[in-house]
Order: sequence, then structure tokens, then C-alpha cells
Amino acid sequence: MTRPLLEVRELRTYFSIGRGGFMRRKSVLKAVDGISFSIHEGEVLSLVGESGCGKSTVGRTLTQLETATAGTAMFDGRDILNLTHAEFRPLRRDIQMIFQDPFASLNPRLSIEQMLAEPLFIHRLVRDRSEARERIAATLELVGMDAKSMNRYPHEFSGGQRQRIGIARVMILTPRLVIADEPVSALDVSIQAQVLNLIKQLQRDSGVSMLFISHDLGAVRHISDRVAVMYRGALVETGEKRQIFETPRHAYTRKLLDSIPRLEKRIA
Amino acid sequence: MALLDIRNLDLRIARGSELLPVVQGVSFAVEENETLGIVGESGCGKSLTALAIMGLLEGSAVRIAGGSVHFQGRDLLTLSPEERRRVMGDQMAMIFQEPMTSLNPVYRVGDQIREAILQHRSMSRRQAHDRALDLLELVRIPDPVRRIDSFPHQMSGGQRQRVMIAMALACDPKLLIADEPTTALDVTVQKEVLELMRGLQTRTGMSIVLISHDLGVISETCDKVAVMYRGRIVEQASTSTLFSNMSHPYTLGLLGSIPATDHDVEWLDAIPGRVPTLDEAVPGCAFHPRCFAAKGSCRTVDPGAAAVSPAHFVRCHFPQGSSS
Ligand SMILES: Nc1ncnc2c1ncn2[C@@H]1O[C@H](COP(=O)(O)OP(=O)(O)OP(=O)(O)O)[C@@H](O)[C@H]1O
Ligand code: SF4
Ligand SMILES: [Mg+2]
Repeated sequence: MTRPLLEVRELRTYFSIGRGGFMRRKSVLKAVDGISFSIHEGEVLSLVGESGCGKSTVGRTLTQLETATAGTAMFDGRDILNLTHAEFRPLRRDIQMIFQDPFASLNPRLSIEQMLAEPLFIHRLVRDRSEARERIAATLELVGMDAKSMNRYPHEFSGGQRQRIGIARVMILTPRLVIADEPVSALDVSIQAQVLNLIKQLQRDSGVSMLFISHDLGAVRHISDRVAVMYRGALVETGEKRQIFETPRHAYTRKLLDSIPRLEKRIA
Repeated sequence: MALLDIRNLDLRIARGSELLPVVQGVSFAVEENETLGIVGESGCGKSLTALAIMGLLEGSAVRIAGGSVHFQGRDLLTLSPEERRRVMGDQMAMIFQEPMTSLNPVYRVGDQIREAILQHRSMSRRQAHDRALDLLELVRIPDPVRRIDSFPHQMSGGQRQRVMIAMALACDPKLLIADEPTTALDVTVQKEVLELMRGLQTRTGMSIVLISHDLGVISETCDKVAVMYRGRIVEQASTSTLFSNMSHPYTLGLLGSIPATDHDVEWLDAIPGRVPTLDEAVPGCAFHPRCFAAKGSCRTVDPGAAAVSPAHFVRCHFPQGSSS
């Protein structure tokens, strides 16, 4: 078997919490406590678990938004946890993140064109504005948006359209690994379905590898090849999608699956 | 006679000089000991309907433009606020999605439950305290004697929602309106809270109106269902009828949008487009721009509600799968 694109070993991310005031009692919160997994080229691995289990922290650590306490994460043969920010910078194009609210960290006064052009210029993928506009138009169409949307501003778009634009901003860089953290959970049911289909289609067409972080078991089944179930900072079970959903081995996985409200129950 | 009987409820929202319709011709009834589910996407009018029943729209931008809300035989909409309070008394209670915003962070949960009790019942503080303990036990908060002194932030989301339910039950309401009560909770906790609500209903015989965007939650918990789209009930039936004979294209679209967890589907049957905003007028059927079954008349004529079978109402010119 080929070497995985990403191989995470014994990853730990601890936070120190507590005020450290009068009592001077600082404690350590072990948000991620020794987890290992790998993702191959073109593969979608889901990280599923309940609130506070540490799944977002995994994604944030892999993109250097948090600092790892211990462990390694080999990406294409290099340990990305032990790189300086300067060393990590060229990898930013390869490892991209899709967030629940794609515009949370962006200046709302920028037009869609400006938002999408920025990473293109940072990574020197285009020479000039007209080349950027061409690429932006093509990518917007890829995510099901009118190319003319680039002249508009974020507040003019609905939640679903905003997430499409967020996805465009990631895909325009042709990354090798996409980390998607609850990309549809803020959207309405009918819009979730559109965006899930879109993510699945783009992943297939581009062959990008993906870490899909979600608490939504339906979305996870729809998107993934393999699934890792996380509970209190650790992985309790990792396996092929069908194995996890049809023959779960760990009691917590079974509890999670048993808790899903069923649509059929009431049918006579 | 139904406990709650709503006919042709019309709500309008003031936008500048205009009054835009947000809830139109909504009718449903809830019997004693029955659970009605209202399902639909954000902005479809679920919560406003609930607030109208509770009389909580006063002072907001929303006006009641028509219809009736009969509770135990009296039309609440024709009563003055004082009369309304007397008729409603402590017989209706409501819980919301995010318990943290409805609990006061600076008071201990026990004090808040006790206040809720004392608002409606005259009894000593000691008695109210004991009643609060009973209620915490009823909603299965572990170790209530200690937990009664906790502050809201010291509890988990599931525990806070249990405290909210305890407060709502403080005066044995006949009707509980629960607006997305489990949406902020994890699935395993959601299951416990829904089971708790069902168990309490069995014990007390109260009626429940459960509002949710989650068809799964609705199908597991409710006796009957009203599906709302853009301010109207587009399909209404008993839960078993709805799921065995789904007729409205929107209901079908909602079902097709939900990724299954028990089998693999290559592509979800997503509904195209998006919900029009309030100020976008849509002629004819409000769903026609997104509907796979739309034909000529759908673009011009707004369909009325019609029975496709007894007690199964659909607002559509071309109901699906109905063997006429
Ligand atoms: N910067 C931080 N400082 C201290 N604690 C943190 C920090 N970031 C996250 N945590 C804590 O780490 C734990 C894991 O957080 P994380 O956001 O990864 O959970 P999650 O699984 O994504 O939950 P949710 O689904 O609710 O977002 C939580 O207890 C959280 O409160
Ligand atoms: S009336 Fe026409 S457009 Fe509306 S739901 Fe029925 S078929 Fe679709
Ligand atoms: Mg998270």
C-alpha cells in the first residue's frame, strides 16, 4: 500500500485553563489526548463525535491554529507539527480549511472577487487581475454560482451561497488536503443537502483528500470512505464507513447510532 | 373539543410602511394527551405561531391580522391581556432552544424554579423549595439536593434543558410548547430529553406542541405533524399517514434532503434553490420556483388546503402519490 498523504501519530493538544489567581490552581484540559489516524490520497476520513470531544481541536492543530503538545503529523513525508510558521507557510496552499461560517475571519467590506483573489496572489498562482478574474469565474461556476457573483458582497448572499463561496475560496487553490469543520451544520436541511452533494462532487472530481469533522452521522455516512469516532479526546473506533455504521464494535459508537431519531419508526 | 384549536391564523410583520405576511391561514388542533409536531426550515413561521399562541407577540413588530386561537373553548385572541392571563393561567408553558438564554445566569437554578412556582401558586418558600426538589427529580437531574444550588453555567446543556422543562412543569401545564428543545444538544442527550418529555406526558396527560426542523425528531415523538413552508401549513396528517403517504412535494423534498444513516445513498435528492425572503413576492404557489412537479397553474394560482384522505390535508395542485 502507498504511503498515506497524512499520518497522525499520538497527537496531543492540551490547554491550560483556570485563572491561576489566589488559589494558583491551573489545570490542564486534554482536548486531544493521543490520537492516531491516516488519510490516503483521494480519501475522505470523517471525525465524528459530540460537542467538546476535541474534534475541532484536531483540525485546528493540523492547520497550526493551535499548538500541538505532542505527537507527529506527517504530511507528504514532513512532520507539519514541528515546523515554524515560516516553514509552514508554503504548505498552507496544500492544506486548506472549510469552516462552519466561511466569512467569520474575512473582512465583510471586500467583494467576493477580492476575497477569492487574495489567496491567489498570496500564493502567486496568477500574474494579474484578469487572470485572477478568469480563475475566480471558473471556480464560482464549479461551486454552482454565477460568475457575476464576484462583483457582489457577502451580505448579499444566503447561508448556502456563502458556504459555496467559502468552498470556492478553498478549491481555487487546488489543495491536497481539505479539513472541513462542520461545513453544513449552520444551514437549513434542504440547503445542507445541496452543499453536501457539492462537497462530495468536488472531492470526487478533484481527488482531494479530506478530513470531514462533524457531529452529524447522516452527513458523515454520505461523505466518507472511513470514519473515526472520537470521545473525550480519544478515538474509540476507526473503520470503513460500512463497518462503523453496520457493525460498530465500540459501545460508544453503538450508543451514538442508537440515539439517531429514526424516520421509519412510526410507519405501521 | 380539542384542548387547543387554531383557525386561520394570520400574522404580519411590520417592515417600514408595509405589513408583510409571515404566517398565513394556519389551522390545527391539539387534543389532550396528544403531541403535534410542527416541522419546517428556518424562517417558515414555526416560532411565531408558537409565540402567538402564548401571547408573547405584544410589543414586537408582529401583528395578529386574523384568525382564532381557542384554548379550552375560549378564543384567546379576543381577550384582554388580564382575561387572557386568567384563562391561560398556568396551564400553558413554553421551552426554548437555548436554555442558557432563558435561565438567569446569576441565580441558582433552585431559586429560579422556586420563583416560577411561587408566581403561580401560593405556598411557603419551604414548600416551594421541596416542590423544586421534586421537579428536579422528575426531570432526572442526578443528585438534586446538591444540584439545586448550582448556577446554570455549572450544568451541561442537557441538564440546563432539563431545568427549563422542570420550570415549565412547575404548575402542571395542560399544554407544553417546546420550540426546538433539543437542537442545541448532542444526539445522545437529545434522546434522553425526548424520552423524558414523552414519559412526563404519559404521567400527566399534557398536550405538547413540538417545533423542530428535524423530521426524525418529529417522527419519533409526535402523533401528528404539520409541515410549514413560508408561513403556511403545506401538509398535515397523523405521523403514520404522513410517512406512509407523503404527498406534498416540499415534504418529499425535505425527506430526500436527509442523509440516511442506515444505508448508502449516492446523491441526496436536494431541493434546488432557496427559500425566498419575506419581501420577495412569489405569485401562485410559494414553493413553485423550487418544485419538481410545478406546472402552469402553480405559477399563478395559490393552492388551497384540500383533504387527500380524511384528516390528511395538502396544499398543492398536484399532490404526489395520491391514488385518486
Ligand atoms: N483555546 C482553548 N482554550 C481552552 N479550552 C479550549 C480551547 N479550545 C477548545 N477548548 C476546549 O477543548 C475541548 C474540545 O473543544 P473542541 O472545540 O475541539 O470540541 P468539538 O468537538 O469541536 O465541540 P463542538 O462540536 O461543540 O464544536 C472543549 O472542552 C473546549 O471547551
Ligand atoms: S402547487 Fe404546484 S408548485 Fe406548489 S407544491 Fe404543488 S405541484 Fe409544486
Ligand atoms: Mg466543533
